[in-house]
Amino acid sequence: MLTEKKDKTGLFIGAVCLAVLYVFLILLDNVIPQNSFTLLLVPVLKKGAIYSLVCVSMNLLNGFTGLFSLGQAGFMMLGGYAYAIFSIPKDQHAAVYQYFDGGLIQFSIPEALSNVLGESAGAIIGSIICIMIAGIVAAAFAALIGIPVLRLKSDYLAIATLGFAEILRAIFQWSGLGPITNGSNLLRKYTSLSAIKIGSLKLATFFPFFIAGISIALIVLLINSSYGRAFKAIRDDEIAAEAMGINLFRHKMLSFVISSFFAGVGGALLAMFQTTIQATPFKSAMTYELLLIVVIGGIGSISGSCIGAFLFIACNEWWLRFLDNGSFMGMSVPFFRDGFRKVVFSVIIMVIVLFFSKGIMGDREISFAGLARRIRGSKPSGGKEAPAK
Amino acid sequence: MKKVLAIVLTVAMVLALTACGGGTGKASGGDVVKIGVYEPQSGDNGAGGKQEILGMQYANSVQPTVKIGGKEYKVELVYADNESSNDKAVSAASQLIGAGCSVILGSYGSGVSIAASDTFLEAGIPAIGVTCTNPQVTEGNSHYFRICFLDPFQGTVMANFAKATFGAKTAYCLGQLGNDYDQGLINYFKQAAEALGMKVTTEAFPEGNSDFTSYLTNAKNAGADVIFAPCSTSYAQLIIEQSATQGVSIPLLAGDTWDSNVILNAAAGKNLDIEVSTFYQEGANADFESSFKAWINGDSTNLANNGGNDTLAAVSVMGYDAYFTALAAMEKAGSIAAADIMKALPDTTYTGITGEIKFDATGDAERDSAVIKKVNTKDAAWEFVAVQGVN
Amino acid sequence: MSGFLEANLPYILAGISVGGQYALIAIGYTMVYGILRLINFAHGDVFMVAGLVMVYTSASMPMVLAIPVVILATVILGFAIERVAYMPLRSAPRMSVMISAIGVSYLLQNCALYFTGGLPKVYPEIPLLSNSVTIFGATTKVVTLITPVITLVLVIALVTFINKTKLGMAMRAVSKDFETSQLMGIRINNVISATFMIGCFLAAIGSLLYFSNYTSVIPTSGGMPGLKAFVAAVFGGIGSIPGAVIGAFVIGICENIIKGMGLTTFSDAFTFVLLIVILLVKPTGIFGEKATDKV
Repeated sequence: MLTEKKDKTGLFIGAVCLAVLYVFLILLDNVIPQNSFTLLLVPVLKKGAIYSLVCVSMNLLNGFTGLFSLGQAGFMMLGGYAYAIFSIPKDQHAAVYQYFDGGLIQFSIPEALSNVLGESAGAIIGSIICIMIAGIVAAAFAALIGIPVLRLKSDYLAIATLGFAEILRAIFQWSGLGPITNGSNLLRKYTSLSAIKIGSLKLATFFPFFIAGISIALIVLLINSSYGRAFKAIRDDEIAAEAMGINLFRHKMLSFVISSFFAGVGGALLAMFQTTIQATPFKSAMTYELLLIVVIGGIGSISGSCIGAFLFIACNEWWLRFLDNGSFMGMSVPFFRDGFRKVVFSVIIMVIVLFFSKGIMGDREISFAGLARRIRGSKPSGGKEAPAK
Repeated sequence: MKKVLAIVLTVAMVLALTACGGGTGKASGGDVVKIGVYEPQSGDNGAGGKQEILGMQYANSVQPTVKIGGKEYKVELVYADNESSNDKAVSAASQLIGAGCSVILGSYGSGVSIAASDTFLEAGIPAIGVTCTNPQVTEGNSHYFRICFLDPFQGTVMANFAKATFGAKTAYCLGQLGNDYDQGLINYFKQAAEALGMKVTTEAFPEGNSDFTSYLTNAKNAGADVIFAPCSTSYAQLIIEQSATQGVSIPLLAGDTWDSNVILNAAAGKNLDIEVSTFYQEGANADFESSFKAWINGDSTNLANNGGNDTLAAVSVMGYDAYFTALAAMEKAGSIAAADIMKALPDTTYTGITGEIKFDATGDAERDSAVIKKVNTKDAAWEFVAVQGVN
Repeated sequence: MSGFLEANLPYILAGISVGGQYALIAIGYTMVYGILRLINFAHGDVFMVAGLVMVYTSASMPMVLAIPVVILATVILGFAIERVAYMPLRSAPRMSVMISAIGVSYLLQNCALYFTGGLPKVYPEIPLLSNSVTIFGATTKVVTLITPVITLVLVIALVTFINKTKLGMAMRAVSKDFETSQLMGIRINNVISATFMIGCFLAAIGSLLYFSNYTSVIPTSGGMPGLKAFVAAVFGGIGSIPGAVIGAFVIGICENIIKGMGLTTFSDAFTFVLLIVILLVKPTGIFGEKATDKV
């Protein structure tokens, strides 16, 4: 989104679009009356924003650094748990950790801050702090795991990270850690998206977009920095990159840790969205889903990942739901029954993987500068930025 | 080739979109009241969810209309599949809210119910849990009600039963790792059993496990008198099969999930002692059952959803009662507005097939006894054992 | 002593039996990887589909007919997957092929979900295989005892095939050097198809044995056995058939001993710990050849 720094008009148009989007989201929460359309739209938007962030973080690793890692769901789980554990209010501990004597950690950051700063400010600042903690916990684990794993190459790396994610899941479900993770049971009653508001101004939809927006902007800045160029060099040719004096291990580690940090942030947001969290859904199937989104959007394209995430979530949880209901525009279709949506969906994915292997965006980006140029009619180099290579 | 494909995909998308638009618009005409059916139709609990839906569908066929304030409303069931998965809970719940449901029934499985609870709360729509037995579903909520008994009760019942019937001194508990239903129920069973002086060993198997021989050997080596394994039916089937082939003749006890003809089919012809606690015993109401069975047999889809035969599962009967409880609440409220129904629910009473339904202060039905039944492996049928209370 | 044996033999028996079944799946992984350098993520799902096909065919035809039909159907499925999902990507980067494999796995699981309606399907009893026997006071199914025998017989047959026949020689050539063997006049696509068909044939046999023992098929049934078989293949040195078999037995037995020790929570996690340790200590596995990167 923000690739061409020099063209101020592009930046300006981008900023305006973003502002319009944010204002629309706030209106959606507060002014626009709820109807059957917005009720379906809002969860899709929230989840789409969260998945955008996670997919962009995965793209940083897989698309920009060329590290084929399949541990993303594990890091999301770490983030989600870290967020939940630190934000369950004190008087809810007994109910949530009902089998573990109220749990070990007996404080809640949002609650503590609420007592000092007032309810809404406490909830917002507290949850942001918890999101930061979530990211840091995920990043710290990534640093630990990275030391051995990043020495492996391509498919071996993929399998090792997948294995680590599975091990993490078993550890989190282990009843021995119950006082912290609540074992096999749900964590709930923590600060969720609906608690994010200023007075009566609800920010439940705005908040995930805001956090995801900042995070994605940071990733874009990173990619456009000298580090980002080093990442791309490693992706394109590891040996040549090393010969150019790029410290392979340090840069791979940096990419891995940063990607995991944002996966953790995404996990925390997902926990806020779901209002409950449990280790079970964070299995390899979730990582595969994320990977498919990245592919649909285009490996190596930030805006592609975002578009892919929104499309994927909308299709999966909204637009294609009718395929399960047995009727199509009033007609009853016998083979439209449970599960047909998923079949159609996976066929679409296979078609994209086989025939449109570049995905929606390839490795290009939506560029507002290009858009601006096109509007002014000068230098029609296309609305999209030229490929990075 | 590529261009054609791209066009086909785009057209499919557009069609999908228009279908959604059509789908949301079409059902609003006339005097219709919508009841949301929030149940798993796929995933680990898909089989149970489908049976619970059958009860509601049958109830709907028995009484398709409801008279509220002198006006006749047609009752429409709206379905959303939560895929037995907590991360799909919010969007499935939103789908029901978006369809304009006045009250929600479900779900089979407590985890998904808890996960969707806040979404229903924000929308101000009351929900009636049918067979979700975890205490956390209703605890601290004013909008979630439930018509079944709870896990602390069920766990205690089974522990008492193990002691009284089998004189059990050692119990072996086996549940799925990461499944809150299994682990919760085992926890309550363990508390009650240890209070009765039993020795309890607890183990968990990972998701997707299919080799239970080692667990059964562990149970044998621990000298267990009973095995308590309240897991989902997909795993139950394997446990039954393998304990038969391993020659492990320790009685198998379980909770309400095992009350399913999946278990009957798996246990048929095997030399095993399987006893479960449940909500309802087949044979308690002959008229109701014969017409329910006729309804199931009348449609091949229903028959398939019921597991291929017409044995009534207790969850189906509970689904039936839940539907009528919802209607009773609407009649009491004299309105089809969600908020009015929510206000009327705490005082709603209904005498259903499974007994009298009356909510206490937390929103749970006051139930003081569970039915315990056992598999007759020769005829592949359930046999009534006892009505067991806590004391 | 006999008490000890009676108490602990079931773990070992279960381990050997599971190991044999993993081995049959692992060979499919290792052969495909040896030739295409592709982790065929869909292989575990092919195994699951074989189970489902058996459920449906045995309902409509006698068992003598159903078994060959299942094997044939699985082999055709393997061939079709290779032709549709992997062949067009022959010159694409390795990551794309792997993603395509993940896509196929997703598709197979979702199709299975659609056809079964999400309900677990009971696997039919195969006469002989499903009977119970008692040895040393431990009771088990006949299939548990037969599995390692069948596995060994098939592995010996396969190794002979690869070492003695022309097609086997072509396979070895292709796995050594893709392009050179093409220049030598080997029809690469045929060799690759044959590899997939052999892998799927073994997966079909494996599924017969596996599901006779664990009689319930759900759309995700293939996931865990598939992943574990893959770990076995890596453990033994990917590309090596004896390695995959030994790896599979080691994993099967260790897993059951761990369950027997009461560490049931970590029985799956153990497999992955083993994987990571192997990857770090000896990335090429026990029997793997050392690969050198060409600059």
